[in-house]
Formats: sequence, C-alpha cells, structure tokens
Amino acid sequence: MQLQLFVIILFLFSPLVPQENAGQFFSSGHTNNWAVLVCTSRFWFNYRHVANTLSVYRSVKRLGIPDSHIVLMLADDMACNHRNPKPATVFSHKNMELNVYGDDVEVDYRGYEVTVENFLRVLTGRLPPSTPRSKRLLSDDRSNILIYLTGHGGNGFLKFQDSEEISNVELADAFEQMWQKRRYNELLFIIDTCQGASMYERFYSPNLMALASSQVGEDSLSHQPDLAIGVHLMDRYTFYLLEFLEDIHPSSKANMNDLFKVCPKSQCVSTPGHRTDLFLRDPGSALITDFFGSVRKVEITMETINLTEPIQQVEQNFVNEERQKETYSYVDQLPVSEIIHQKPKQKDWHPPDGFILGLWTLILLVFFKTYGMKHLKHIF
Amino acid sequence: MGLLSDPNRRRALISLLTRLNAPICVVCYMAGVAWFMGLAFEPFTLRTYMSENAMGSTMVEERFPAGERALGTGREFSAHKKKAGGMPVDWLVKTMQSRGLEVFTQRFSRRLPFPDEDKERYMVKGTNVYGILRAPRAPRTEALVLSAPCSPGDDNNQAVGVLLGLAQYFRNQVFWAKDIIFLVNEHDLIGMQAWLEGYHHTNTTGMDWSPLQGRGGSIQAALSLELSSDVVTSLDLVLEGLNGQLPNLDLANLFYAFCQKIGVLCTTQGKLQRNDWDSVSGYSHAVQTMMLMVMKQASGRPWGDHGLFLRYHIEAATIKGINSFRQYKTDATTIGRLLEGMYRKLNNLLERLHQSYFFYLMPSLSHFVSIGYYMPAFGLLALILLLRALDLWIQLATPPPRTEDGVADAEQMSSPGVLSVLTPLVISHLTGVALYTLPIHFQEIAVEHFPVSETEAVVLTAIAVYTAGLALPHNTHRLLTGRGTENGWKVLKLVAVLYLAVLLGCTALINFSLGFILALTLVPVAAFVTPDVPKALSAFIMVILSPACTLLFSVFLFQELQEMPVSFLDGWMLYLSVISQGILDHALYGSLVYPLVALLVYPCWLLFWNILFWK
Repeated sequence: MQLQLFVIILFLFSPLVPQENAGQFFSSGHTNNWAVLVCTSRFWFNYRHVANTLSVYRSVKRLGIPDSHIVLMLADDMACNHRNPKPATVFSHKNMELNVYGDDVEVDYRGYEVTVENFLRVLTGRLPPSTPRSKRLLSDDRSNILIYLTGHGGNGFLKFQDSEEISNVELADAFEQMWQKRRYNELLFIIDTCQGASMYERFYSPNLMALASSQVGEDSLSHQPDLAIGVHLMDRYTFYLLEFLEDIHPSSKANMNDLFKVCPKSQCVSTPGHRTDLFLRDPGSALITDFFGSVRKVEITMETINLTEPIQQVEQNFVNEERQKETYSYVDQLPVSEIIHQKPKQKDWHPPDGFILGLWTLILLVFFKTYGMKHLKHIF
Repeated sequence: MGLLSDPNRRRALISLLTRLNAPICVVCYMAGVAWFMGLAFEPFTLRTYMSENAMGSTMVEERFPAGERALGTGREFSAHKKKAGGMPVDWLVKTMQSRGLEVFTQRFSRRLPFPDEDKERYMVKGTNVYGILRAPRAPRTEALVLSAPCSPGDDNNQAVGVLLGLAQYFRNQVFWAKDIIFLVNEHDLIGMQAWLEGYHHTNTTGMDWSPLQGRGGSIQAALSLELSSDVVTSLDLVLEGLNGQLPNLDLANLFYAFCQKIGVLCTTQGKLQRNDWDSVSGYSHAVQTMMLMVMKQASGRPWGDHGLFLRYHIEAATIKGINSFRQYKTDATTIGRLLEGMYRKLNNLLERLHQSYFFYLMPSLSHFVSIGYYMPAFGLLALILLLRALDLWIQLATPPPRTEDGVADAEQMSSPGVLSVLTPLVISHLTGVALYTLPIHFQEIAVEHFPVSETEAVVLTAIAVYTAGLALPHNTHRLLTGRGTENGWKVLKLVAVLYLAVLLGCTALINFSLGFILALTLVPVAAFVTPDVPKALSAFIMVILSPACTLLFSVFLFQELQEMPVSFLDGWMLYLSVISQGILDHALYGSLVYPLVALLVYPCWLLFWNILFWK
C-alpha cells in the first residue's frame, strides 16, 4: 500500500522534473551570441588597452563564440610595433606567460578604421552595401551581445584614437536604435576606462546590463609593468576579469552576480560599478555563458512530429506566359528615399520669417529717417 | 570719466609719478634683485617631473653587461690615437664596421680668424667618423645621436670605449624604432659644427667640409658623453648651449629619473644637491648653483658638444663623468646601463620633446624655476626704464616756466631738433661698428707695430677701441645748434632709455641670463645719469658699471663660484682670454653675444656717457 502510494506520487511528479529543467533551459530566450570588442587607443604606451581587448577576445573565443560572430576593433598594432622586443606577440601577464595574440586572431577593424562613426555603424547596422560580412554585426532579436570597450575615458565620454570622442548620450541612443530595430535580445556592456561608470548612466533601453571598472571621479589603474617590454601590460579590472573567466568553461553555471564581485576595491583600487535596473531578468539567473559563450540550446522533445511531404510538384503553368516575373528586392531598413527626396509641402500660409521682416523694417526705417515722417501720409 | 581721460585725475597721477619717480625706481630695483635671489629658495621652486607621456617612467630593464670590454676598447683607442697623432680614422672605421654599423667619415677644415691660445690651434683640419645603427623594422625617418669627442692627449678615451661597447650591445636588440648614430668628432666643437652643417645641408659659418655620405632621418635627441676615467664618482649634466639656449627640461628629468633608479650620484654645475634648504648654507649653495647656470647661460657659448645641436631644434645634453675623492665609485657597466635606459626611453618618443619647459633655471637637479617665475625679476628692472621714460616725457611735454622773453622760450622748445639727437646716436653706433670690425681686421698691423701675438693684438685692440670711445667728442650739439639746449639731453635720454629697454627686453627673451646681468648694471646707469650729477664720481661709477667691467667682475665671480678663486693677475689674463674666446665663438659657431655687446649695448652705454658730459 505505501509502496503503491509512493510509486503513484513518483509518477505524478516525474513529468514535472524535465519541465522544470525545460523552463530553466529557455529562461534566457536567446539563440545566438555576438561580441563587439573595441580598443580605442593607439600608441605604444597604450599597449595595455590592446592587451585588454585581446584577453577578452581570447576568453570569448574559448567559450565558443566563433570569429564570424565577433567584431574585433583594435586601434593600433602592438604586436608588430617597431618597439616591441618580442615581435608578433602581445602579452597579458608579466614574465610573458600568456600571449594573447596567438596564431588565429582575426581583427576586423584595425588602425584608423576604428572611429566613432564606424563603431556606431556597426552597432546600428547602417553599413554601406560593400561592407564584408566579417565587419558587420548581423544580430537579430534573439541575439545576446557582449560589448567591451577599453581606452582612455572621462566623465561622460570615451576617447577614440586621440582625435575624437563618443559621449554616453550617443551610446545610449545607439542602443535604443538597436532595441527599436530589434537587434538584440539582451546586451551586456563592459567598459574599462577611467570614470567608466559615467558611460552607462544614460542608458534607457530595456534588457541592458552594464559593468564598469571605476566610478565617476575615479581612475582605472593599470596592473603591472613588464620591464623587458617597457610598458604596462594590462589594466587591473580586465586582468582580474581574465583571471575569473579562465575558470569558466562552457557548461559552467556561474551567473552575473559572480561577475559583479570581480575585482573588489582592495584589488582594483577603483570601485567597479554595475547597472542592472534595465535588465528584465534577475541577474542571478543570467549565466556568464549567456554572454561570453555560445552555448547551443538543444531542445529535447518526446513527441513525434509528422513531417509532411516536403517536395511538391510545381503546377505547370504554361498558360499565363504574360504573367510577369515578380522582381524581389530587400526592404529598406531606413526609408532613405522618402527622407531625402521629398520636402514637406507647406499647405497653409505661414507668415514670413524673421529675416524678411527684419529686412523690410530696416528699409522702412531708413526711408523714414532720410525723408522724414511727413511722407507717411503719401504711403497710407 | 575714465582714469586717464579725466584731466584732474591725470594731473594727480602725473604729479605722483614725477614726485615719487626716484623712490619707486629704487624700490623696483631692490624688488627685482630680491625676486631673483629668491628664485633659489626651495619652497619657491617646483620639483622636476616627467611631462612626456610617451616616455613614461623609468620602466625598462637595463641589461648592458660589457663595461670592462668597453674600457678595453677605450685603451685600444688611446693607443691608436697616440700612434696616429690625432684621430685614428682607419681603426675606428674598422671597429665600427665589425660591430655592424654603417660607417662614414667626413673631412673638414677651417682657418680661425686668429690663433686660439686656449686650445692652441689656428689651421684646423680633421675628420669625423660616425656609424649608423639602422632600426631593424622601422622606416628610416628618425634618429638619435650618441657622441663622444676625440680629444688630444688622454682625455675621453673611456667615452669612446663606452660608445663602441654600447654600439655593439644596441646592435643585438630588435626594439629600436629610430636609427642610432654613433659619432666620434674631432676638434670638439668645430668638428661637431661641421657634422651638423653637413647633416642639415646648411653653411652658416663658412667652414669647409665634405658632404655626408650617409644619413639617418631627422634627429630627435642627442647625448654627448665625456668620460676620462675608468670609474666615476658622479655624473654631471651640462645643459647650456649656444646663445644660452637650453634643451627641453624633459631631457634633464629623464637623466635625473634614471640616476635615481640606478643609484648613481648626479650633479648639475658640478655641485651636489643638498637637503637643508632652510639653513643659510643650504640656501647659499642653491644660489651658487643657480648663479653658475646664469653665468654659463649668459656667456652664450656652448659648454659641451651638445650645445650646437640646440640650434637645429634637437634636444641635446652632455653627460660628464667626474672622478673625485669619494668612497662610492660607479663603474663603466653602470654608466652603460644608464645610457641604455635613457636611449630605450627616447626610443619610445613619438614626437620631438615639447611637453616640458624650454626656458628654465635649475638651482639643483631636482628643482627648477620656469620662465613664468623668473621673468618678473627682469620685468621689475625694465619697469624702472619705463618709469624714467614717462618722467622724461612729462618733463618734455610740460611748458617751461614763463620767463620775460616769451619768444625765446618758444624757440627753446623747438631747438632740440633731430640733429642734436641723431649725431650722438650715429657716432656711438659707428664706434660700435669699429669695436666689432677693427680688432680682427687690424691684427696684422698691430702685430707689425707691437711685440704681441695675434690673439693678444685682437684683444688689446678691442679694449683700446672701447676705451677710445670714452673720449669721443660729446659736445657736437653745441656746434650744431649753437645755443644751450636744456631739453636736448632730455630728448636724447628719452631715446636712449627706450632703446635700452627694447634692447634688454629682446635679449632677456632669448637669453634671460644675459639680459638680466646687463640690466642689473645698465639700468641704474640709465636711470640716474643726467648732466647735473657730480661728474668725476658718476664717470667712475659709469665705467665700473659698463659692459666691459661687468665682464671682468663676472669672470672673478665665476671663478669664486667654482671654488677656484684666482689672483688679480690670473683673473686679468683669464679676462683677456674670455674676450678672445667670445670673438672666436662668434666667428666659428655664430654666437651672438659679441655682436650684441659691440654693436648694440656698447653704443647704448656710450649714449649715456654722452649725456653725462652734455654740458
């Protein structure tokens, strides 16, 4: 009797277990992963920014995101810089333990191509038709995107290439465009610059989570110099981020709350910050691999599906030869022709604008000053 | 109404100015001198810091191992130098080639205007040898220079040895982004001038040199090494260059940073830094160091082989090794490491050094005073001249007191005509031209008539012309305009004071030390000389404060500051040699001190002498 009861209860509960797993399985809602990794500074003494970006690139590739889904933008070439004592290498750890340049680095935007304009075009997708696929962010509304920026920054801006800046407002607007064009499902934004927290203050689009290496008014510090190479190799925040990511493997269950704990003030000297109010899920339920890795979701189903006969005979239609072939074309993402070629026609009469009024007033004043007010009666 | 357009207020200001003119002038002078002395006081100075971001900190690993081998090479060089009786060109070419450099030579020759008795040369012929280390991967657009002079006798052998040792070590590294040129120049400054002129395709001094066969791109920085002993106790940094030009302060900062990192004792002006700035002796030590720098800068001569690079906007400095009686000695390997570190940092440069100051004074190697802090000292002195000029202008503009003959007064107002001012001006400047040209041109005649050597003839002719200027006719105005000209001397003095102000101002902008020293002595003269002061006393004071006597006193002061005081006779001989060196510097390298003093300052001083003897 008790055994029967037990078996019944087991049978009742057993279908629930895979359903719970299934619920957790689809909790993230994304089907593909993209990464946009940007290093914005050039010159030999900014070696550490390139090393930062390449470390994140290495982790992201190791966890499964392929090169076709990574847009890597490096503003300067450190590996082949004339001053590099170890050519063709970029080290992230002193005593040259870890060469993050490796043999299979694929840089998509290099040197002077890393500009604010190109970065925003990559994010919003408004690239000229001649741009190759490797330079495009071809994400859809089921993509989780990781965006990593590093360089020199300040309160509300990030410096690109020593000649221009991107402001936090521009960045927030770019993300809003991405949201409206349904170019992401969820977006993780990491920035490692001085006063990095100012860059995510202005975000207002949903499903964004942001991390920064320092608060407004604080500087992000570099980690360690390498005396043989003669420069600082990494920034502190990214160094500890890399250390943390080295422990993550594709099936790891570590979540975002662990990521927020990376590099506390005792190690980083600056206070890392994060922002999760725009993120609709609980950060504890978002896995690291949701953004840093490309974990394929496999759907296990118990039911059988009848596939209908896929091949159908095309009806021979030799009757309608005059039927025109329909030409197919892509729908414009942005109705450019409407904007440029059509001027809004003013239907109602508007009073003349200030310039014409001012000009006539001037002419009248001069006339009356010269000839006196007595002529007024001749006019009216 | 405004302050100056309201006639009442204007009158009040003018009366204030005329009443208090002399006291304000005295106060300004005291304030200017006090400001200058206060510059060496440590709380008023700033610590030096590295301004160039690309150079960063001293974050390199120096690994130069071969100090002993470098000294051995130096001994070989010395032996070959003795055998060749000058520059061992073939041995140097062979050695540099064996180290993997591209070696070239340059011949040069020059006849000096008169024999140089200090260095004992008249017809100079020599060869420069230089080797270029090409950057392994970089385009050949930029270069760095390391040079050591080939001196006669036993000097600077170790410098050439260290240079060759470093060349061999640098050749094995792959991280050079600029070409490095290793230069051994003969006849120190003359050879360096020939090389620089050949490198930059200029010919400013009329030297004869063969064109350079090999070049390395535009030179970003240069270091000159002077090392005459196997071990040193300290390294001295020499910054003053031609015409008082200084290299960018970042070069001195770089040197100081590496000295601290490696632990070598480093000095400037040969004086060690002291920590007790609040004691009297500490402060006087800092004042001495700063005064040495001021005197060296005012002389306008290059105090090391680096001095000629500065004209081409190449930041350069000379590092001298000094072996004094101290316990802690530094060996050649450490010196090599220091130079290696400096060159690795200079290698990281992306642009020429420009972030730090170009105009500064250094009371010690770790503290500096920038132009913004020291210029007010000169400004206060120049203010005296402007106040005097204003005073004279007001005196000239106010109508003279009414006398019985109104017509005569009007005539008197207009009588200080142009001619009475122009004549002294022309005569003074002609005397200046005579002082500039006669000494060199008439040396043959002087040697024929007097039992002196050419150098002495030149110097003594210069002094003779200078003294003859004192006896110039100074009453030409009486012949020209007839009657007494009360206002004539005022107009002349106004012109002279303004002329002096402009002259000193321009000089101080280019060479602050020269401008300040001249101002210290000439401004009191200009301010207080009138025909009415007691003639004998003021004539004596004027001669004491004239440029020639200033130079004499500076020579004695310089020797005192270097802690090598001289007797009067030795000082006088030194003074004569200083004059001859000044003339030679002008002829050989284009130094501007001699023409400035002869053609502009001396005539200005003569104008005041003229005013003194107006009546």
